[in-house]
Amino acid sequence: MMVEKVLLRVIAKLLIPLIMLFALYVQFHGDFGPGGGFQAGVIFAVAFILYALIFGIRVARKSIPSSVTRTLLALGVLIYGGTGILTMLLGGEFLDYNVLGSTPLAGQHLGILLVEFGVGMTVAGAMITIFYTFAGHANGDLPFRIGDDR
Amino acid sequence: MAGTAYWLVKLRNLFAVVMLSGIYSLIAAVLYVVMDAVDVAFTEAAVGAGISTVLMLGTLALTTDQEKVHKKPPVLALVLVLATGGVLVYGTFDMPRYGDINAPIHQHVANRYIEKSGAEVGPPNIVTSILASYRGYDTLGETAVVFTAAIGVLVIIGRSKGGVMPGSTAARRRRKDKDRAPDQPSTASSDLDEEASS
Amino acid sequence: MFDLATIKDLLGLVNYWVVIVLMMAGFYTVIAQHNLIKKVVGLNIFQVSVFVFYISMGKVSGGSAPILKDGIETYSNPLPHVLILTAIVVGVATTSLALALVVRIHHSYDTIEEDEIQTIEHGEEDIA
Repeated sequence: MMVEKVLLRVIAKLLIPLIMLFALYVQFHGDFGPGGGFQAGVIFAVAFILYALIFGIRVARKSIPSSVTRTLLALGVLIYGGTGILTMLLGGEFLDYNVLGSTPLAGQHLGILLVEFGVGMTVAGAMITIFYTFAGHANGDLPFRIGDDR
Repeated sequence: MAGTAYWLVKLRNLFAVVMLSGIYSLIAAVLYVVMDAVDVAFTEAAVGAGISTVLMLGTLALTTDQEKVHKKPPVLALVLVLATGGVLVYGTFDMPRYGDINAPIHQHVANRYIEKSGAEVGPPNIVTSILASYRGYDTLGETAVVFTAAIGVLVIIGRSKGGVMPGSTAARRRRKDKDRAPDQPSTASSDLDEEASS
Repeated sequence: MFDLATIKDLLGLVNYWVVIVLMMAGFYTVIAQHNLIKKVVGLNIFQVSVFVFYISMGKVSGGSAPILKDGIETYSNPLPHVLILTAIVVGVATTSLALALVVRIHHSYDTIEEDEIQTIEHGEEDIA
C-alpha cells in the first residue's frame, strides 16, 4: 500500500529510530533534566503509532503484536508494585527505596529508575493498545479511512 | 489561547476542531514553559498535541466529522456560564497575586522538597524525586488509572475473536427489528441473550 | 481613577481570569453542545484550564525551573508540576475512554448527536 508516497515512508523510516532513541534518553535522563517515565512512554508509543499510520496497521501489528503491548501494559504496573513489595521484603516500608542499595542515595537512585521504568512501560503499552483498538475498527490496511459499510 | 478556545466552541467541522485542540495544547505547553514547568510542558506537548489528536482523528474516522446544525440558541446555558464565570472572577480578588512568594502554597511542604531532596533522594530534577519517591503512592495509583483506562477501552470497543465488536451488530439489528415491528419484544430479548453470551 | 498600585495589583490576577475564561468556554461546550465529540473537546478545554491554574499558582517571581543547580536560590514550586504531570497522562487515558464510549454509541445508534439519541431512545414513549 501507499507505494507512491515514497517521501513519507523514507522520512518515517529515518525518524522512527530517532524517536525511540529520544524516548530512551528521556526515560533514563529524567533524573537530571526534564523527562521521566510518563513522557518517555508517550514518545515511545508515538514511534509505533507513526509507523502504523504510514505503513498501515497490519504491518505494525506484525512488528509489535497487540499481545506484546498488553503484556507491557500489565508488566509496567507489576514492576512498580513489585518494587514496593521488594522494599518491604528487604525490611523497609512499601516504596521506601533506601533499603535497595548499600547507601540510601544509591537505593533511592535504583528505586526511582525501576519505578520510572515501570511507569514508562505501562504508559507506552496503554497508548499503543488504545491506538490499536481505535485503528483496528477501520478497514484493514488504511487505519483512518472511513468505512464503506456506513 | 482564548481565541483558540472560542473557535473550538464555534466551529462545526469536527476535523478543524480536533486540529485546533492540538494547537490549543501546544499553546498551553508554551504557557507552562513560561511558568517554569518544563516537565509539564514536555508532557503536554507530547500527549495533548500528539496522542490526543491522533485518537480523536481515529474517533472521527469511526464516526462522523460534521456536527449537525441546531436552530435553538442555548440561552439558558449561556446565562449559566456567564453567571458562574462572574462568581469565579469575584472570588479571585482574594487570591494571592501571580508570582507572590508569600502565597500559602509555597509555605507548606514545597520548601522541604526544594531544600532537602538533593540530599535525601539525589536527582537534581526535583519533579522526578517528588514524583517517584516522596509521592510514590500517588504515582502508583496514577499508573493504575492509565492501566485501567486501557483495559476499559479494550472492554468497550475491543474486538472479540470473531472480528466484530461484541454486541454492536446485534444492537444495530435489534434497532432495525424494532423499527420494522415495534410490538415484538421476543426478538429483542433473544438478541440481548446473544449479546450477553458473546 | 485607578492609581498605578491598584492596576499593578489587579494585573497579578490576570492569570486567574484567563483560566476562568477558558474554563467557562469548556463548561459551555459541555452543557450547550449536542455533539458528543464536541463535548469531549470541551472537557479537554476545561481540563487544560485547571492545569494552567495549578501551574500559575506554583510560579514564584524570579524563580527558575525546579532543577537543582548551584548558584540558583529561588525555584518555582515543584509540587503542582508533579500533580499536573501525572494528571495530563491520566487525562489522555480517560479521554480515550470517553472517545471509546462515543465510538460505541455511534455503533449502536448511528449518530453522535445527543438529541437524536434521546429521540431514538424515548421517541415512541413520547418522553422527550
